[in-house]
Amino acid sequence: MLQLSLVDRVGTRALGFFELAGAIATFGARAVIEAPRPPYEPREILRHAYQLGCRSAPLVITAGVAIGVVLSMHTRASLERFGAEAMIPAALAIALIRETGPLITGLLVAGRVGAGIGAEIGAMKVTEQIDALEANAVDAFKYLAVTRIIALMIAMPLLTIMMDFSGMLGGYVAEAATSGMSWQLYFERAFSYISYSDIILATLKTVVFGYLIAVVSSYLGFTTSRGTEGVGEASTRSVVMASVLIILSDVVLVKMIFFFYPVVSG
Amino acid sequence: MNAVRFDHVSKAFGTRKVLDDLSFEIPKGQAFCLLGRSGTGKSVALRHIIGLVKADSGGVFVEDNDIATLDARQLADVRKHMGVLFQNAALFDSMSVGENVAFPLRRHTDWSDADIRARAMAKLSDVGLEEDFDTMPGDLSGGMKKRAGLARAMALDPAILLVDEPSAGLDPMTSREIDELLVKTKQGGTTLVVVTHNIPSARAIGDRFAVLDQGRMLASGTIEALDASEEPLVQAFMRAQGGG
Repeated sequence: MLQLSLVDRVGTRALGFFELAGAIATFGARAVIEAPRPPYEPREILRHAYQLGCRSAPLVITAGVAIGVVLSMHTRASLERFGAEAMIPAALAIALIRETGPLITGLLVAGRVGAGIGAEIGAMKVTEQIDALEANAVDAFKYLAVTRIIALMIAMPLLTIMMDFSGMLGGYVAEAATSGMSWQLYFERAFSYISYSDIILATLKTVVFGYLIAVVSSYLGFTTSRGTEGVGEASTRSVVMASVLIILSDVVLVKMIFFFYPVVSG
Repeated sequence: MNAVRFDHVSKAFGTRKVLDDLSFEIPKGQAFCLLGRSGTGKSVALRHIIGLVKADSGGVFVEDNDIATLDARQLADVRKHMGVLFQNAALFDSMSVGENVAFPLRRHTDWSDADIRARAMAKLSDVGLEEDFDTMPGDLSGGMKKRAGLARAMALDPAILLVDEPSAGLDPMTSREIDELLVKTKQGGTTLVVVTHNIPSARAIGDRFAVLDQGRMLASGTIEALDASEEPLVQAFMRAQGGG
């Protein structure tokens, strides 16, 4: 009996999970279909690009510098044993630009922006503001969700470039303090093993991260219920789900990049 | 032609029946007051008119358009002729009060910024909030939010104005001013659908009335007909509110 009840519970959970995944996928697909259709809401997209993108820049840059310093210290500790200190800038650049920069940017934005979108749309839902938009003959889905999705898809690669650059800068500061390496030499060595395809593919990967963050958090905002408690829950779940999806999608995207551009994996 | 018509509308949320075979007609230019205690389905009826909720059975017609059969674009066109004041005003809290009122004008007219601002200011002045154009909704009292919501609902001079509890949270003087504004709006040719449990306010505004209880219509007609109703719940409601 106990075993049956356990199976029931696992089954219910599994069904709930697939139901949620299906609903989010449908929501995301609807956004893709609606995005090319007028009205295009350029003012809202710009406003969200500023709110979600520009306002995330200080966090991303600060984190980038700190990660650059820490990565540089760890890399030095490892490479010193093999007498390969000259490789430190290149190792740092490969780690940052190919993987650490995009992934950390995605997770940071999921935390800051995902929570914000989930809470903001959730609060609008429970205070009837979404109904008020519809009553004003405005497509709330397009006005609230599609604009945020587009804005974040634009903002994410730019934030990733900021993360990469500030990370390299942090790495240089750490390296200059330790070995006195010059600025020119550091960047010459850093980019000697990095190609344009490394930078472009890894950075464009974050367009998908932006899409996932905005879709998940908008969906959870739109489906908020139970008043302020529901708003808090939407906010928290947005961060958790967006972060998990970023990590999982990163695995798939890296595999795809290696498959379609084998030169990058070398 | 009727502005709004309910034809045997029923609606349930889960097992809870909210509207039960509800039928009524609202001729153009009249004020129709839906009365009843809290939780009797008045606001849900209003949401059917806007198309935010769809009936399980029966039809809701706005200017002879069956709301349930309209596609998104057609529904948006119908909604452009309606103004809605929600129970809690539902002001957009990312915009100032003035921008809230200007919002429908920006969306649905090609007026200049100056004209939009002038119209928004005039509508705010109608509800006594001309000083609060740049105030954020979070800094307003409940009653002021309600008035700002009414200004937004009337921004486009809609053919049909739907008002959910216009006097809730207002002091008696402001409540009377809002009633007078709604009467003036009606005299300008606007059809009013007012959800309220405030009988004095309904007497001031309404031409025809309906009393709901548990989603069913207990009585309808003029205020005199309701005062003369022998339905015990209607009598109790009218007396409890100081009517008759």
